[in-house]
Amino acid sequence: MEFKREDDLFVSGHTACAGCGAAIIIRTVMRALGKDTIIVNATSCSEIFSSCYPTSAWKVPYIHVTFENAAAVATGIAKALEAKGNDHTTVVVIAGDGATYDIGFGIMSGVMERNENVLYICYDNEAYMNTGIQRSGATPYKAWTTTSQVGTVRQGKQEWKKNLTEIARAHNIPYIATSTAGHLIDLTKKVEKAKKIKGFRLINVLSPCVAGWKYPPNLTVKLAQLAVDTGLWKMYEVENGKETINMQPKFTPVEEYFKPQKRFKHLTKEDIEDIQNKVNDYWKNGKGEIYG
Amino acid sequence: METMEGSKGVADVVVNCEPDVVACFPITPSTHIAEDLNKAYMDGKLKTYVTVESEFGAISTIVGGSAAGARSFSTTSSQGLALMHEVIFAAAGIRLPLVMVVANRSLSAPLSIWNDHQDTISERDSGWLQLYCETNQEVIDTVPLAFRIAEELMLPVMVCMDGFYLTHAVEQLDIPTKEVIRKFLPPYNPKIKLDPENPITLGVYAKPEHYQDFRNDLDDDVHAAREKIKERSKEWANIIGRGYGDGLIEKYNTDDAERVLVAMSSVCGNIKEAVDELRANGEKVGLLRIKSFRPFPYDEVKKALTGKKHVGVVEKDMSAGAFPPLYVDVASALYSETVPLSSFIGGLGGRDITVNDIKELFKKLENEPVREWILKRELPLK
Repeated sequence: MEFKREDDLFVSGHTACAGCGAAIIIRTVMRALGKDTIIVNATSCSEIFSSCYPTSAWKVPYIHVTFENAAAVATGIAKALEAKGNDHTTVVVIAGDGATYDIGFGIMSGVMERNENVLYICYDNEAYMNTGIQRSGATPYKAWTTTSQVGTVRQGKQEWKKNLTEIARAHNIPYIATSTAGHLIDLTKKVEKAKKIKGFRLINVLSPCVAGWKYPPNLTVKLAQLAVDTGLWKMYEVENGKETINMQPKFTPVEEYFKPQKRFKHLTKEDIEDIQNKVNDYWKNGKGEIYG
Repeated sequence: METMEGSKGVADVVVNCEPDVVACFPITPSTHIAEDLNKAYMDGKLKTYVTVESEFGAISTIVGGSAAGARSFSTTSSQGLALMHEVIFAAAGIRLPLVMVVANRSLSAPLSIWNDHQDTISERDSGWLQLYCETNQEVIDTVPLAFRIAEELMLPVMVCMDGFYLTHAVEQLDIPTKEVIRKFLPPYNPKIKLDPENPITLGVYAKPEHYQDFRNDLDDDVHAAREKIKERSKEWANIIGRGYGDGLIEKYNTDDAERVLVAMSSVCGNIKEAVDELRANGEKVGLLRIKSFRPFPYDEVKKALTGKKHVGVVEKDMSAGAFPPLYVDVASALYSETVPLSSFIGGLGGRDITVNDIKELFKKLENEPVREWILKRELPLK
């Protein structure tokens, strides 16, 4: 797969942080989608860093309306195309975990239940990064955020991560997949596959965030890969109900994933053991817990 | 002419406006409009009908449809409109020519399914045009007009009809046909839309050096809509042979009246009845009906009311801790004039304002100005 920079549809000049997982994901997704695409962006870092008037990083039609309604706006666009006999343009949502797991979840569930013709890309950076790192339903167990602080009595998020991908799966939509900012060939293939399918498609992409996870910017790709290698993030797709695991974990100790991230620096030896056991349990007997 | 429920008439005329994207969520008293539109879709008379999961989904879906260049419609009431609030402002800011029929209903709490104007009045600052109709026939005639004005000005329009009083009333109605509407309402082909052949960015983020200018443009354009509403109302009235004032206001025995009530929507029917009865006794009374609440017709109101002995504003809404909205706008229009002006709030949550009540109000206009609620508390609150 070769891309020329001049063919990019999400272009430089945007104001994402160095090492931003979301920017890598969006550029990759756009390369796979091509020009015949309409983007609906939920309010998010990606909206702020790509669409500040009078500039735009988008070389395809783009609309942002509110934080929680991207799936419904995309539905309206898909219906308009249907009404006008356009059966080729792909309508794509790009939204963060705040918009997807939390505030926009009810609307998205309705759109999934009706199987609207929308491809939904969630870049999951595991907190509300745009407002300054507050916990979301996607924030992993024990992670520090500004609303899951490390206190004297409680340390980090007290709940496990919401399993959005499986909740989406329960809606019987034709295509669901996960990927990460560290597996761009995998992501490209999944977007290319999803593009050809009609109905609601969800690709949930783990998106390391330098500012929110607190690690050096050169580690974005490495951390995304570690999330899969440790077994914390499950790389899989479900096509018409049939599940395929695309990448087996290497069972790298979870500690290697936690160590470079200051959001986990308060974790005790017992915390890490507890999480490791849960991950082991998940992959051995499907009980336990993972992060994605 | 055909005998039907007001809601059915609205659904029929919407179908005849040939919208591409319709998305509705049921809420009393607008529900029958949504049901009748769904039936039209199931009968193949509408291209799409999205059974959304909430009013928030409904407005968001028609925003998407409109942004992609499709004529788009929804209907709602009360809590539904309040739930849409965030997107109501965004739709006007992005300049999308949506049309929505709002079956006016009170807002919680207490919960009430009955009519007043608090729902739409609370969206008055959004940038949507708001046209308040007196009768079902006027609602039906205003829907094609709303699409025409919306699409010419790239501004969304709310057509406001009183819940139950109109939505559930069965009467003889004339529905303009597709052929007639096509003469007035050309197909919607916007220059700006989401089109991969000509990519644009909509719904931008704007910093302080630009944000205010977007808002300023919106304000200027809503002000400028007055002339367009008048012009198109006249043109449409000539086609269908029915008109409603100048499109902004309707004067009913106003010119030689000494005492005038100002009001909006279906209560104006009762006010007209009271005016007729009092005039039969030689009393010089009249009604000024506001049809266009946004943009507000300041010049027309001032011209109609200057020199009157006493004017009373009757409205079914409030602004807690302040003078009520319609009164405030009428007072602004009359600011440089010395017209005694009274405020009457009433009809909230479906409490009737009868012809006799209105006669009492006209009687009050013989005295000093008052600001009061039209109180008819049959049972004391405990």
